[in-house]
Amino acid sequence: MSSETKQILTTDGIPLEVSLKKAEKKNKIKAFLLVAPLLFFLIITYVFPIGDMLFRSVDDKMVTQMLPKTFKAMENWDGQELPDEEVFAAFHEDFIKLVEDKREGKLSTQLNYTKNGFKSIIKKLRRKSKSFEEGNYKEQIMAVHKRWADVEYWRAIQRRAPEFTGQKYLKGMDMYVNEEGKIVSVEEDRRIHRVLWLRTLEIAFFVTVFCFLMAYPIAHLLATLPMKYSNLLMICVLLPFWTSLLVRTASWMILLQQQGIVNDFFVGIGLVADDNRPEMMYNKTGSYVAMTQILLPFMVLPLYSVMKTISPSLMRAGKSLGGTPFVAFWKVYFPLTIPGIGAGCLLVFILAIGYYITPALVGGASGTLISNQIAFHMKSTLDWSFASAMGLMLLSGVLVIYWLYNKIVGIDNIKLG
Amino acid sequence: MALPKYTEPHYRIWHYIYLTICGAVFFFLIAPLFVIFPLSFNAEEFLSFSDGMKRLDPDAFSLRWYKDMIYGTKNPWGLAAKNSFIIAIFATIGSVILGTVAALGLSSRHMPYKGLIMAVLISPMIVPLIISGVAIFFFMAKAGLAATHTGIVLAHIILGTPFVVITVTATLSGFDHSVTRAAASLGSDPVNTFMKITLPLILPGVISGGLFAFVTSFDEVVVVLFLAGLENTTIPIQMWTGLREQLSPTILAVATCLIILSTLILVTAELLRRRSERLRGINQ
Repeated sequence: MSSETKQILTTDGIPLEVSLKKAEKKNKIKAFLLVAPLLFFLIITYVFPIGDMLFRSVDDKMVTQMLPKTFKAMENWDGQELPDEEVFAAFHEDFIKLVEDKREGKLSTQLNYTKNGFKSIIKKLRRKSKSFEEGNYKEQIMAVHKRWADVEYWRAIQRRAPEFTGQKYLKGMDMYVNEEGKIVSVEEDRRIHRVLWLRTLEIAFFVTVFCFLMAYPIAHLLATLPMKYSNLLMICVLLPFWTSLLVRTASWMILLQQQGIVNDFFVGIGLVADDNRPEMMYNKTGSYVAMTQILLPFMVLPLYSVMKTISPSLMRAGKSLGGTPFVAFWKVYFPLTIPGIGAGCLLVFILAIGYYITPALVGGASGTLISNQIAFHMKSTLDWSFASAMGLMLLSGVLVIYWLYNKIVGIDNIKLG
Repeated sequence: MALPKYTEPHYRIWHYIYLTICGAVFFFLIAPLFVIFPLSFNAEEFLSFSDGMKRLDPDAFSLRWYKDMIYGTKNPWGLAAKNSFIIAIFATIGSVILGTVAALGLSSRHMPYKGLIMAVLISPMIVPLIISGVAIFFFMAKAGLAATHTGIVLAHIILGTPFVVITVTATLSGFDHSVTRAAASLGSDPVNTFMKITLPLILPGVISGGLFAFVTSFDEVVVVLFLAGLENTTIPIQMWTGLREQLSPTILAVATCLIILSTLILVTAELLRRRSERLRGINQ
């Protein structure tokens, strides 16, 4: 009771607290309504489709829907020896239906992902099944090809029964589920994806290191020079930043080709023989050089914006207290630039890890990254669920770095230009 | 940056080494762009300097590849340029409107879940383009917008808005909200206040965000590669195909034009940034 009497009332007689809450709520809704159009636009056109990728990457309904009766009959099968007549009959029934709909080709593609060798035996089965007699399908199917009498192939079909599967993710790490249901790695000479992941990390890491080593001195110079000189030099950083990625890649293709200017220069100073010009493009070197130059501005700009705020008197103070310039730099200046280093390195690493265009053009076979593999599966093999799985594996790595970036720098602190 | 007279010799040497390193890095950054320029005037079909060019023989230079770019038969550059400009202009308008309005909401201190929403709005800039490309392709294919201009414009709005949100939020951080309250107290409705007071003050941020969005769209190739049909070819797509198949000097002529365009954009962006800094300086 006493608390009510203490309440402050507005002129309308409503308690101030209530009135204030109402106003706050109204403001909240107003602010949210401004953000809402973009937020919903992005959720529909961008966030949901990424969720769709997640769904596609694990979705395995296709085979489940193509062979419904077979999988139902297989429920009672222990998988030790060849399934009995019931499964064969169900499989025959499903198969005839698929042939009627002309979908048996899709089935063979799908089953071939699980085990090689299904393509030819399904083709053969389609031809022979026309003259099948009713009853005793087990023997008739087994007579088509000896692989139909191999229990391994029936186990392979059974493995496609679940509607969802993580096998695309395993494939992305060069692993698979073997006949005993254990997760194992593929043979050493077929581990193409692991090589790609490692190479992507390696190139992204070294590009970040190179960018840092090159950006630090020039960011320092830009931050300490008088305005009129630094503005001029800043153009050297900003012009590449604003120039088309393809233009910059094209210029590296011209520079690095075998008859190109860099090679001409090396021959000119006698570093290499004219008939023994090194291949600098279509390999890792090409990716390193071009990516470092293209991503360098993204390292310079955050470093510069941090260094700009460091007062030169701090270095003078360090020196006046008896430190040599090196000690003053290492103990005073360098620690103050760490936020900029963090921001620049994370930004460059994030950009480098997902690079596609430049490696595809100058990287050749040994300089391509995981992105190129994703594009390959999207455009050439059309294995979209595998492309989605690889994309999401890459994305989860990037999101971890993004989260770190947000912790260290804060996304609201991203500065452009 | 002159050294004081009392600097010891070995620090002096260090200083010159440092300057040399800086010079080399600046050279590494800017020199590749200038290779394209002279080679685009090459009279011959090679992509290296001919002997005539090295002797500065006027006959070794020609406008051949520029003529080929504009008048060449079966040259896709005309259609590509038209498409690129149409797509970039509409994508910029869309990004600027959506991004500015969202930035206004985000800058309000009443905004709930600010960090989370900001993270979602910025994500198209952080997520690798190849993944954005795959996701947007799935959406556009379902919506029946693949291989249409509309689809590409929508995709570029997705990619362009983060830049507008960032630049406008940055401009608004130095914005004195008492001016809008003053306008309101003088009887102005919110829309009028925005048009007459807020917008002119944040205009530099809006335009520089718009420039980012324009360049992003104009230069974007990964997502367009998934979305574009033959009708929707753009300059980056043509450059990409050209660079993969045969590196013809015509591409260098196009590249030179693009460098000139980016120089113009750089100058505009720089002027705006300085103006915006001046304006913010007055507020403080």
